[in-house]
Amino acid sequence: MTDHTYRGLDPQQAAKRVAASISLRKSKETRFVWLGKTAVAIALGFLVLLFAGILTKGIPGLFQYYVTLDVQLDAQQLDPSGQMTVESLAGGDFDGVIRESLYEALGNPEGRKAKREARRLISSGSSQRLMTYVLDNPAQLGSTVSVQFAVDDDVDTFLRGLISRETPEADRRVSDQLIEYIDALDAQGRISYQLSDYLFFGSASRDAEMAGIRGALVGSILTLAVCVVIAFPLGVATAVYLEEMAPKNRLTEIIEININNLAAVPSVVFGIMGLAIFIIIFGMPRSIPLVGGIVLALMTLPTIIISSRAAIRAVPPSIRDAALGVGASKMQTITHHVLPLAMPGMLTGTIIGMAQALGETAPLLMIGMVAFIVDVPGGVTDPGTVLPVQIFMWADFAERMFVQKTSAAIIVLLAFLISMNAAAILLRKKLERRW
Amino acid sequence: MSFSNLMLAIFVVGALYFIVGQRVALARRSIGSEKFHSLPHYHGTWAAITSVFPALSFLLIIVIGKDLLFQFWASDYFPETVLNGDAVDRAIALAKVSNVVNGIDFGEVEPWVQSAGDAWIRWETDAMVIANVLVLAASLSGGYLGYRKINASFRARNNVERFLRWMLIGSSLVAILTTVGIVLSVLFESIRFFKLIPPQDFLFGLEWNPQFEGAERAGSGGGTATYGMVPMFVGTFLISAIALTVAVPVGLFSAIYLAEYATPRVRGIVKPLLEILAGVPTVVYGFFAALTVAPFVKSLGESMGIEVASESALAAGLVMGVMIIPFISSLSDDVINAVPQSLRDAAYGLGSTRSEAVRQVVLPAALPGIVAAVILAVSRAVGETMIVVMAAGLAANLSFNPLDAVTTVTSQIVTILVGDQEFESAKTLSAFALALMLIITTLALNYFALQIVKKYREQYD
Repeated sequence: MTDHTYRGLDPQQAAKRVAASISLRKSKETRFVWLGKTAVAIALGFLVLLFAGILTKGIPGLFQYYVTLDVQLDAQQLDPSGQMTVESLAGGDFDGVIRESLYEALGNPEGRKAKREARRLISSGSSQRLMTYVLDNPAQLGSTVSVQFAVDDDVDTFLRGLISRETPEADRRVSDQLIEYIDALDAQGRISYQLSDYLFFGSASRDAEMAGIRGALVGSILTLAVCVVIAFPLGVATAVYLEEMAPKNRLTEIIEININNLAAVPSVVFGIMGLAIFIIIFGMPRSIPLVGGIVLALMTLPTIIISSRAAIRAVPPSIRDAALGVGASKMQTITHHVLPLAMPGMLTGTIIGMAQALGETAPLLMIGMVAFIVDVPGGVTDPGTVLPVQIFMWADFAERMFVQKTSAAIIVLLAFLISMNAAAILLRKKLERRW
Repeated sequence: MSFSNLMLAIFVVGALYFIVGQRVALARRSIGSEKFHSLPHYHGTWAAITSVFPALSFLLIIVIGKDLLFQFWASDYFPETVLNGDAVDRAIALAKVSNVVNGIDFGEVEPWVQSAGDAWIRWETDAMVIANVLVLAASLSGGYLGYRKINASFRARNNVERFLRWMLIGSSLVAILTTVGIVLSVLFESIRFFKLIPPQDFLFGLEWNPQFEGAERAGSGGGTATYGMVPMFVGTFLISAIALTVAVPVGLFSAIYLAEYATPRVRGIVKPLLEILAGVPTVVYGFFAALTVAPFVKSLGESMGIEVASESALAAGLVMGVMIIPFISSLSDDVINAVPQSLRDAAYGLGSTRSEAVRQVVLPAALPGIVAAVILAVSRAVGETMIVVMAAGLAANLSFNPLDAVTTVTSQIVTILVGDQEFESAKTLSAFALALMLIITTLALNYFALQIVKKYREQYD
């Protein structure tokens, strides 16, 4: 290096050039930082938008409108045979009783058309609701009680102000007559806006006002239970074998490649495998939590294995050496020392895997968990559905009220997911050791 | 006993053997004449293992094997027409028989169905008896064999540990079995599909129209079903491309900002917030895309006088992009952090600004990792199902216009396989062929990403 000048410039000129370029470089720097900040802002903006959209739609979905009616529980009419059992009550005319009290509240409308409109006010599930009420309070039979009934979904949508009065009558789902009735009931203070009991305790229904997530929630819990019972032992065992015992050979290598490949396979493919193997070949029934749980377990297995291996690797070798040094066998070292120390990390990974499984939809569609099932599943071999699939099904229904119920169900699902993830973070903070 | 009770019984017997074995070993050891090789609970565990393991294996074999065997036996009752017919006829015949077995009454049935059903019920009862006897015998006698072994010189611990070791190996083989299961289940059905539809028609066909399948069978005509996968792959990659145009700049610049500029406090807040986006279930994204984004895109397009399909690729792609942001940002963040500080320091030492160091030193060093992250993100986008099922259409348009409705591989698979399927129809089988292509695509992308990282990775220090 004999030539000390930069591109043939003498040092003074070079210094001038550098000085001149500094402001340009500075503004470039600011622009770059600004780009980064914008990117973060956009990402967070999406998050806010997503949650704001769900919350604004979903929180109203947690509530619905009820109408309070004074029902005269006539024993003769409701329980003709007087045995007070489900069978004998089934012969009772609950609809008639509710209808009478409804007409009374509306000032006894005349004419068939007026009465028909009046009946459209309340949900078709009202007689069932009154029957349950009578079964729970048999002593009330013969007296007059005020009972809350859900209003029909169109009426609910109207009360929320989503159907405008200005719309021509032919174009809206509630008639002028019906609006008159609603106003009348509202004036009497009979209409109330409350936390929806149907949402949490009702099962799948085609009627938006009666639809609930109970069946799906139970199905989700059963499916997750199967999933964790299968995936946790298998995942931990695989991780222990690969980390602590496996010799460096072809088989080990194949297992490791397989695990990485499984982590990359799209979830819907696991569903196809479940359909082909468990349902078509083994002849297991469709839409049962058992098959769903197995499929989800195979899907979450890589997540659990990878995090468990990390947890085992984090246990320092000195612990193993100490145990071996005082005469423990290899297996004793693992079961007495390595596993307990690695457990928090393994549990964290398992919870995260379960959260992933809880939100999964596509593989469960494949094994038929989309069936319309009214009964709450009582065990892992009863047909059922799960929360995300329920959301998927509701999202397809056209009624306005289903949009709110869907968003409400999403809120419940997100609440579960967030609490699971929070539990994982807490667990990690509380139990994790730094060596 | 029913099968679930039988399983319970196995575990109860096993637990009893454990307690008895441990007690006996403890008692003998405390006599003190001999020195026991293994601790008492190993003797108990060994007795429990010899009791539970064979019994459980028998139970599993019986439960899984009996239906397959009965199906085979039931075919003895089938008339000639069914036996000579194709697989559909056999499936229908089996369904008829199983209706009889389960007591589902569809009115009058053929005599052979009734007799096959009766025989099947008889076999079921027999199988129950055999299972009871065999499993209980295995559980009791197996446990007894283990129990008899209890003495001072028996190496119970070594046996238990060897058993555990085999169980661990068995568990790790599940991963291989799953892969084999996936590949075989998809491959077999795909081969059957390719017997009906020539592979070149499927791979290079420009039209996807399986809806006519039923009409063709019923003989009402109306056109032929076509199975060309090109429109779906075009749709898939169109939506993925839209997703990446959102996710790559946002994700990458977020990662750069968080790794190079943000204070630890900001980083500690923003990073978990971004991870939340990754934890949101895809069905929620799908709902959001279908209900909020798609109408918004449509009305925005209409206000500008552009025609937008109500289930446009743009809406699905945008939302999918949001879903992928955390994926790209966290992977890139890792790669950027892995670039050694000394490289940055060297750049600063030469007088470069922070952004110059990032652009000219850090990013080139991190590039292979970032490219791999993007490829992995593509593979995620290609395999993503719920967003496209809910927000993209079903119309298999061969279009590169993001404002058109397109369909994707995954959404077609779901549409075909959800609900009632006909056995053996090319339409049902086509879903498996699509799944095969999907697996090949995602695995190829992953392999590609891995190779890039391997080939261009710099080893620092």
